[in-house]
Parts: sequence; structure tokens; C-alpha cells
Amino acid sequence: MISISHVSKSYGAFQVLKDCNADVARGEVVVICGPSGSGKSTLIKTVNGLETIDAGEIKVGDFRLAPGVTHVAALRRSVGMVFQSFELFPHLTVLSNVTIAQTKVLKRPKAVAEEKARSLLARVGLSAHITKYPAQLSGGQQQRVAIARALALDPEVMLFDEPTSALDPEMVNEVLDVMTSLAKQGMTMICVTHEMGFARNVANRVLFMDGGEIVETADAATFFAAPRSERAKSFLARILKH
Amino acid sequence: MNFNLSAITSVVPFLLSGLLFTIEITVVGVIGGIVFGSLLAVARLSSNRLLSAFATAYINLMRSIPLIMVIFWVFFLVPWAIGWLTNGGRPVAVGASLTIYVTFVLFEAAYYAEIVRAGFRSISSGQYAACEALGLSKLHAYVYILFPQAIRNVLPILLTQTIILFQDTSLVYVISATDLLGAATKIAQRDGKLVEMYLTVGVIYFLFCYSASQLVKRLQGRLAYGAR
Repeated sequence: MISISHVSKSYGAFQVLKDCNADVARGEVVVICGPSGSGKSTLIKTVNGLETIDAGEIKVGDFRLAPGVTHVAALRRSVGMVFQSFELFPHLTVLSNVTIAQTKVLKRPKAVAEEKARSLLARVGLSAHITKYPAQLSGGQQQRVAIARALALDPEVMLFDEPTSALDPEMVNEVLDVMTSLAKQGMTMICVTHEMGFARNVANRVLFMDGGEIVETADAATFFAAPRSERAKSFLARILKH
Repeated sequence: MNFNLSAITSVVPFLLSGLLFTIEITVVGVIGGIVFGSLLAVARLSSNRLLSAFATAYINLMRSIPLIMVIFWVFFLVPWAIGWLTNGGRPVAVGASLTIYVTFVLFEAAYYAEIVRAGFRSISSGQYAACEALGLSKLHAYVYILFPQAIRNVLPILLTQTIILFQDTSLVYVISATDLLGAATKIAQRDGKLVEMYLTVGVIYFLFCYSASQLVKRLQGRLAYGAR
């Protein structure tokens, strides 16, 4: 479904991604973890072309992304993304947030788009809030709207860039629950997250990044039980201490 | 000093027609200025260097010269320019109203452009990323997502600029147009009622601008997101 091969990227003299290689099969849930500044967010943003790449190639389904490829409309139609800071549109209601891309990008009739939005908002447990504005919702609710907004375009792949990092602790689970049920329904997902419980229980595989490199790739159980690299061991020791 | 109230009442219709023209200039200047100014703002923020350089140069030029000069230029030069292009070099008469409308749109657009640009820059980069990730075209992103937020964020400043525009319309008296100040000046000189006329229009300008500035104050308090 997704293949990332020999992808590199630099900001000036600083190399953020160094020869990254990874494959994600259809229906697979892959968690990217690693210390901050390791290039996780940059890597996930290359998959839908939000970040350009300097070398290598990324394939998503039939779409091929390479340095210099700028026409990415078709790619973005099949890849949904959820951001750390939600990025809902503050001047639109919850319902409009979920319908706008449907009507403008997919040219769905308004009634069809609203029907779809209502059913998605019901799925993430927000039916009672569709006429509210984002500022009237809690962080966890906003992030669930953001997930519904991304799902509204029927993506084949969902990207999550630290979806729970900006949330108060008591709201993390409501978002993770939605992500878990999405994974169970067979969505192909790439998640940058520090939620090791989610990684352990839901992910098929874990990519561990450090210093712009994918240091280790392993199935989730193996990664947590017996990480191979020293860097992964010390990372896990630090975050799983408590 | 001899203040004669009846000197005012008899010329109220003439003053009102002047006020009407002042309001017309303001309305045309605001609408045209914000439309053209928004295009300039988008052009200035564009990644197209040529477009951005043109918009920047235009804005800097307009903001570096006094409005009164632009009024003169458009009034004296545009008939020649149009004549050159269409009439074999002979100047073409252009009405005073049209001259004034064009001038104010061209001039105010430069100021509105900078305000709208500030509005765009106040939007977090994540909003741009969200538009891209959803596959919205640049045009859709600007029209439905970015522009409404930008305008909302700078609405008080836009209104303040509009108050300044309303006051600036008085400069059209230099080409003998009959706006509010022009009407007052004409009567003042005809009847020798300088004190009455200039006091009256002063009060009218004050009432308009003061109530508008009170509106700005109230808007500023109410505009925070969520306080609906």
C-alpha cells in the first residue's frame, strides 16, 4: 500500500531524514516512535506531500511521489491526516468542518455531504455537538471532529501526527478509542505517537526513529519485549520508567 | 463673533448632497479598496516572486506619497493617459466623480492590503497545512478558510482604516468636488459664513467618526472566538 524507499531530506545543512525505508501493507497499523527531533513528524508529512523530499521515492497505492513532484491533489484525496493541534476551522461549525472538503474537493451535493458528516460524527460520539463551533468543544472532542473531517473523504490511509500530545490526560483515551476502532475496521494507519499502550495493543509494527534514521523496525510485541538496538533500549527505558 | 443659525438651515439640502457624495466615496473606497487590497495581499504573500515584487512595489509606492498627490495625478494625468491610448494623444474628459472613485480605490487598496496581509499572517501555519491535507485548492482554501479568518482577525483595524478613509475624502475639495467639505466651502465663500459652515461640517465629521470608533471598541470586545 505504502512504500517509502531511500527517502532523505535536509533543511539547509541539517539532515532531518536519512535514507528512510519502510513499507506499510493495506490494513496495517504502524506506529512511529522515537525521541523528539528524530524526524518522525517530518517523515509522516512526506507521505501526503506536506513536506517535500530531496531524494528517494514514496509510493501510496498507484501514486508515486519523488523530488520535484508537486501535483499531489490525487494523493491527498486518498490520504487523511490528523494533526497534533487539531487545526479545525474556527469560523465553521462542527458540521461544516466535516462537510467543506466533501463539497469543495469531491463535489458531493450538500445533502449527501451532511448525511455523511452526521454519520461520521455519530461514529466518534459527537452527534450532540454538530452545530457548535470548535472553540466550544474540549480538546478531545475537537480531535475527534478532526478525525471525522479526515474520514469524510473516504481515505485509504490515515496519518496521525501526535494526535494526543496536545490533550489533557483525561481526554487521551477518548481519542485513542476512536483510533483503535478505526484500526479494527481495517484502516491502514501510520501514527506518530508517544502512547506506548496504544502502540503495544493496536499497532502491528513499530518504527523506531532517531537522528533522522529509521533505526529499528519490528512487530509491536517484539519491539517492546526485546528491542535490538541500544538506542531503542535506552529510549524505552526512559519512557516506560513510570 | 456673530453666529447665524439661519445661515445653516437654509443650505441643509446642499450640505446633505455633499454628505451623500462623501458617503459614496467612502463606500466605493471601502469595497473597491478591500477587494483590490485583498488581491494585493494575496499577491504579496504569493510564492511567485514577480507577482510578490509587483504587489510590494505598488503598496510601498502608494503608502509613500500623500493622497493629495494621487488625487492630482489621477485628475490631471489620467485624461492624457487615456487620450494617448485611445484618442491619438488628445486628452479625454474624465468626470470628477470617476476620478475620485478610481483614486480612492487605488490609494486605499495599498493600506487595506497591508491590513489583510497582517490578517493572513495571524493565521497559524497549521491551518494552511490542514487545507492542503484535505486537498482543498488554493482558491478554495483562501475563499472559504483563510480569508474569512483573516478578515475576522483584523476587523477592528479595517474599521479604523475606514474611519480614516471617511476623513480623507475631504481632500477632494482640491479638485473642486462637492463633497461635504466642498459644499460647505462653497457656501462659506458665497455667503461669507465661514464660522457657521466649518463648525457645522466639523460636528458632522465628528459624529460619524466618533460613533464608528465606538463600534470598533465594542467589536474588539466581542470578537474572541467562542464568545458568541
